[in-house]
Amino acid sequence: MREISVKDIISTVKNLCIDANYNLGEDVEKALKEGYQKEESPTSKETLNQIIENVQIAKQGEFPLCQDTGFAVVFVDMGDQVFVKDGNLFDAINEGVRQGYKEGYLRKSILGDPIERKNTGDNTPAVIHMNVVKGDKLKITVAPKGGGSENMSEVKMMKPSDGVEGVKEFVIDMVRRSGSNPCPPIIVGVGIGGTFEKCAEMAKRALLREVGERNPNPFYAKLEEELLEKVNKLGIGPQGFGGRVTALDVHIETFPCHIASFPAAVNIQCHAARHKEAVI
Amino acid sequence: MPEPKKITTPLTDQVVESLNAGDNVLITGELYSARDAAHKRMVEMLDRGEKLPFDLKGQLIYYVGPSPARPGKVIGSAGPTTSGRMNKYAPRILQAGSKGMIGKGEMGAAVSEALKKYKGVYFAAVGGAAALIAKSIIANDLVAWEELGAEAIRKFKVKDFPAIVVQDCHGGNLYVEGVKKYQRA
Repeated sequence: MREISVKDIISTVKNLCIDANYNLGEDVEKALKEGYQKEESPTSKETLNQIIENVQIAKQGEFPLCQDTGFAVVFVDMGDQVFVKDGNLFDAINEGVRQGYKEGYLRKSILGDPIERKNTGDNTPAVIHMNVVKGDKLKITVAPKGGGSENMSEVKMMKPSDGVEGVKEFVIDMVRRSGSNPCPPIIVGVGIGGTFEKCAEMAKRALLREVGERNPNPFYAKLEEELLEKVNKLGIGPQGFGGRVTALDVHIETFPCHIASFPAAVNIQCHAARHKEAVI
Repeated sequence: MPEPKKITTPLTDQVVESLNAGDNVLITGELYSARDAAHKRMVEMLDRGEKLPFDLKGQLIYYVGPSPARPGKVIGSAGPTTSGRMNKYAPRILQAGSKGMIGKGEMGAAVSEALKKYKGVYFAAVGGAAALIAKSIIANDLVAWEELGAEAIRKFKVKDFPAIVVQDCHGGNLYVEGVKKYQRA
């Protein structure tokens, strides 16, 4: 067994929260610049220009990319040879979020109760997705998720007879209905298969993949390309002002499913597609 | 892209009438921040016949919940939030004398009607360009309801705040017209 102290986990999570909120991934920045070249609408070109300039300002470390610094969604791949010492893993992640959102001057957007709606004051708790993998490392990904795009997401328990055409219709309809709300250009995360909750989690996890990287299965890789093309024909454009660049990418994740079921989920990500990872 | 129109708040009817969906503008003057919680309180006060904590006349409401300001800074990042959540409140605020709002995302037909009726204008700022937008905010003072945190009402002094007219007082709607222009079968 390899021992990892909660102290290291706290400081790692803290740094990831800050890094993610100030430094957009190079893949997304590159896609935005390519989008600027492709865009035909003058208004939308200017919009992309502002978005790209915003990325540069945020990198200087004084202003986060977006005022909505998100729900801290944390993915953990824990090696089966890892032993967490001096405390509890989940407590350590939440402490890292607490410190990161304070020291990074990030907005605290989490309410302790959905009906009572009183802010917890420190952006905790995080939403934690845990996986056990082989090895003696701990991989942590922090993906702050803004409310505007998260609200434009759905799980649909389709019928097996709906087939791949049903998935296409669902994804395109979801993007169409979302329109200007999720801050396009967006990244579309799609989960197909599994159970109700597994499907939603896959749609979220799909957002962690690099922009431009295809599903390793050629069938789904082709489906991603087809959906991206179709979504960009909707004309929604950056911020919904009308244009060519509605989405930067579509990512599909799949899982085996029950003979009676055919779940699909769409999780939309705004252009501030923030996620940073570290391996301890 | 044509040169942006420069406008100053408070807005007059004449200025509002001169603006059309798709116009690029730079706003100078004052903006009042408010989002869901503050709107609920404002509308409740208006319905009870009470005076609001600031004079709405001619002013623009900015739908924003900024991130915390670093020491020595006026404000943190301050981009727009989704306006659709204020659909229910916006007509009442326009009726009370406001000349419009700044946010992001379509506000729908009832708001378009209210913009026509009370001569108002709805601007979009670029969602997620929050660090860029913060640079145009040069002063930031608490007006009311500090306990609402990021949702409190604040008065911002702005210089050349970048925005786009999305729903105008003539029924124009960039969200509808823009998409129509670029959609392909």
